[in-house]
Amino acid sequence: MSNPSKEQVNDNEIKTEDKDVKNVVMKGTVLNTQQYSLHDGPGIRTTVFLKGCPLKCIWCHNPESIAIDREISFSKHLCISCNECGEASPVEALRGQREECVEVCPTGALEMVGKEMTVEEVLKEIEKDRIFFEESRGGVTFSGGEPLMQWEFVYEVAKACKDRGIHTAIDTSGYGKWEAMNRLREVIDFFLYDLKHLDSDRHMELTGVSNRRILENLERLAYLEEKILLRIPIIPGINDDDDHLFAVKKWIASIGIREVRLLPYHKTGMDKYERIGWKYRIPDVPEPKDHEMQAIKESFQREGLKVKVGG
Amino acid sequence: MSKLIGGGEKMEMSLRGMNDRIKKLRKESEGTTPKISIERAQLVTEAYKKYQGKVSIPVLRGLTFKHMMENKTICINDDELIVGERGEGPQQAPNYPELCCHTLEDMDIMDRREKISFTVFKEARDIQKNEIIPYWQGKSIRDLIFKQMTGEWKDCYEAGIFTEFMEQRAPGHTVGDEKIFRRGFLEIREEIKRELGALDFMKDPEAYEKQEQLKAMDLCADGIMIFAERHGEKALELSRIEEDPKRKKELEKIAEISFRVPKNAPSTFHEALQAYWFVHLGVITELNTWDAFSPGRLDQHLEPFYIREILEGTLTRDEAKELLECFWVKFNNQPAPPKVGITLQESGTYTDFANINVGGLKADGSDGVNEVSYLLLEVIDEMRLLQPSSNIQVSKKSPDHFINKAGEVIRKGWGQPSVFNADAVIEELLRQGKSIEDARCGGNSGCVETGAFGKESYILTGYFNLTKVLEITLHNGVDPRTNKRIGLETGHVEELRDFDQLMDAFKAQLNYFIEIKVRGNNLIEKLYAEYMPAPFLSTVIDDCIKNAKDYNAGGSRYNTNYIQGVGIGTITDSLSAIKYHVFDQKKYSMSELMEALEKDFEEQEPMRQFLLSKTPRYGNDDDYADSIMTRVFNSFYETVNGRPTMRGGTYRINMLPTTCHVYFGSVIGATPEGRRAGLPLSEGISPVQGTDRKGPTAVIKSASKMDHLKTGGTLLNQKFTPELLEKEESLDHLRYLIRSYFKLDGHHIQFNVVDVKTLRKAQESPEEHKDLIVRVAGYSDFFNNLNKGLQDEIIARTEQKSF
Repeated sequence: MSNPSKEQVNDNEIKTEDKDVKNVVMKGTVLNTQQYSLHDGPGIRTTVFLKGCPLKCIWCHNPESIAIDREISFSKHLCISCNECGEASPVEALRGQREECVEVCPTGALEMVGKEMTVEEVLKEIEKDRIFFEESRGGVTFSGGEPLMQWEFVYEVAKACKDRGIHTAIDTSGYGKWEAMNRLREVIDFFLYDLKHLDSDRHMELTGVSNRRILENLERLAYLEEKILLRIPIIPGINDDDDHLFAVKKWIASIGIREVRLLPYHKTGMDKYERIGWKYRIPDVPEPKDHEMQAIKESFQREGLKVKVGG
Repeated sequence: MSKLIGGGEKMEMSLRGMNDRIKKLRKESEGTTPKISIERAQLVTEAYKKYQGKVSIPVLRGLTFKHMMENKTICINDDELIVGERGEGPQQAPNYPELCCHTLEDMDIMDRREKISFTVFKEARDIQKNEIIPYWQGKSIRDLIFKQMTGEWKDCYEAGIFTEFMEQRAPGHTVGDEKIFRRGFLEIREEIKRELGALDFMKDPEAYEKQEQLKAMDLCADGIMIFAERHGEKALELSRIEEDPKRKKELEKIAEISFRVPKNAPSTFHEALQAYWFVHLGVITELNTWDAFSPGRLDQHLEPFYIREILEGTLTRDEAKELLECFWVKFNNQPAPPKVGITLQESGTYTDFANINVGGLKADGSDGVNEVSYLLLEVIDEMRLLQPSSNIQVSKKSPDHFINKAGEVIRKGWGQPSVFNADAVIEELLRQGKSIEDARCGGNSGCVETGAFGKESYILTGYFNLTKVLEITLHNGVDPRTNKRIGLETGHVEELRDFDQLMDAFKAQLNYFIEIKVRGNNLIEKLYAEYMPAPFLSTVIDDCIKNAKDYNAGGSRYNTNYIQGVGIGTITDSLSAIKYHVFDQKKYSMSELMEALEKDFEEQEPMRQFLLSKTPRYGNDDDYADSIMTRVFNSFYETVNGRPTMRGGTYRINMLPTTCHVYFGSVIGATPEGRRAGLPLSEGISPVQGTDRKGPTAVIKSASKMDHLKTGGTLLNQKFTPELLEKEESLDHLRYLIRSYFKLDGHHIQFNVVDVKTLRKAQESPEEHKDLIVRVAGYSDFFNNLNKGLQDEIIARTEQKSF
């Protein structure tokens, strides 16, 4: 059941179920598993979204993945005001985080976000689409949230996948201990690595954390691994200025990155903020235009990088 | 020239086609309003008045066919290269009074109705009134059928338990094969003559019947040659007065070809297409056969002509393509003859379901994709016509390149070509006892129906409303719509101890209704065998000549009857709701649920919403629901499969709806999964609209838990947003889905590539969306041709997006 702990969770700490129970079965907090993911690595993939992220990017389109605890989400447009949830209003249910309200909600307007799952349970979900992985040379991608936050759980699931012949990928911000990343290298075939901003102060402003670890980890990883796809979100007015992009190109080329994906900022996550009772912080930032993305893409190509727009 | 926007490519309706000729012919085909041609009814009536009672029935049908071929108006349209129409001109549909004699009220309705209307001119109406009705009233097959049917049968028919395919249209559901492209009717007459000569009047008690059948076939063979020659004469006549030297030469060539085929085996690409077209017209003029007729493995049949002529330099690729595009227009010129009543509701479309198979395997088991296959894909794309429908047959041996090329057409959004699993189709046919060669030369016709081309009579006998049977089970045998007891008393559901008891009751009801249906079918089969033989069709389907037996009497090498199950998604989710909420979770009692259903959830919206959102649903790769689906499927299969037919064949099932899921939904009250009374059921084997929330791989997994190989066809629809298919690699992603589904023995999948926004806009301003074509269920149609219920149903289907 839900973990009532509200304390700050360190980035590499593993959540374990009720600590007083002996022989604890390892569990992870999973946001959801998404089949038929086409943008998280090669082929048709199932993406396992792990809940919890040490970053709090101002453009985040998965705000419900930030907190590591399960939480209630409320989709206003689904609510028929039936009051089955027994609260003065569903917003109260949200505030009180009362799970029983979710259970009786007829329309699914109140929803529990996040699920404690065992390695076996996650594997069962992954196995469902094996035939598509095999046909398309796809596999599983661990994303989040930040999968490094639950790296031991990810390690176990990924190891089991490898044992079963399923290709594994991780989609990470890179914010975690190198030891965790290094261990995961044993069981991860493909790295999708995000780079948001090169300037440490700016990075702190935009994401709430310094980029020191992220850059160090990337440099080490690039030295050791072939299969890295660097993903750069392009957020107009925030990280898309020529100077910044110029610096990015130079730096990534210098550490041996060859392939880049440019992810245009989009606002599709906006209504998710309301659902969990948060405020969207950059409502006025526009989505980049196609021709702007094209120009940026070409500038990367000129540096000899293999680049595409989109996942 | 074109741009992908929302509902596929937007393009001026009149401008498609490779050159001016095609553009003009295509525009005429699309722009002409369908109307009734009364000529055929008059000719049939004349022939019957002259011969009925004086000759045997097969010979009467043979003479009638010949009379039509000798006297039908010959139409050669300006600039066309392939000639011949069913009516007096393009978009003219005859009526078939010997099958269904339309009343004047029928005529007025078809003239005036908003959708699928046919203009009825006063002259035609008068002829119907003064000549046709007085002769045929009470004598048509439809009249005979309704006279023979029992009270139980009529109750079921009226309650919407099943429909009856043969009450307005004749059996057919078959497809031509290589023969039509490899031999002429002179040769066929020789064969008939040999069989006549071999009849043993000393020992064979059926020698007389056989003689009459063979005589009838011979009359038809003669008739079709006369019909072709008359086109030759007409073409010569036109050429004499033609001033344009280019057209003059074309007409002379048309004449030359029409004098040669189908009398002789075709010797060129052009002759091959024309020969088939005359045969096609013969089949659909003889009787109003369901699913018209189709040329079978067109790419394979045409390839030898194409290769030889290209090498010899007598044909260019463009010339071949132009002929094919002319050929395509001919199909589109033939709207399905007017339907009325329930038949219109189950198949509310102008489409006559000719279906072109592309790809697949050859008889020897090697890959059948050839140069003509790619040419056909180009023609399909360029013509974008509702008729003929088209499909690709994908085998594990088919090149990826071929599938991607088809994907390029599919992603334009108008639903063609659909995609079949050639390997599964072959296995289905083998399971039914066909030889491996006959199976490989088979394929699919109509919507998704499997058959051994040129050798099998595979008859669809009617749609069967699985969900209605559940509703009647829940009401202990009573139809809640009429309060009439039409089923068995299987007990009050409130007293059920467990879910298995409910399934047992359902199975008992299912068996009861299937037996009523089959009993009716058996009589109808006999009526057709006795009164409505099809001697012309019999000349092109093996082994009718050899057996000296009619197509409608079991003369074909293989004979199969199908009953088509409808609403598997809705019934699965209904049962899942009962199992989950009543028996497992005990959230509601059975009587609470029944009460809510009775009131159509009035003042029970929270309960309805709960059932809608918290029921394990088919289509999400969830074994809880999917195992119920397989139980229902297996019950249906076990109840129908293997029963003998009157023609010496076997009953099988398939799972497709055409437009019947809308009609069947209209006769069912609210259902336990939260569907309101009267709304459409799920279509084909697709999940209930909007409830498959885990993407296309989960749908494919769920659907493949049904054993497709035990059917003669299943129909799975997927709706994709255009964005999902717009990238270069999207075609690979589409192919991965197709290949994976087929590895799992899935039978067929088809795609709508259109977003909801476009569909909504089209509903609001139909005038601006005249050219919007969507996939319905096994065929494509103009969105504007669909009734509101069907439009809404398509809008409600889950839109698979990119993640």
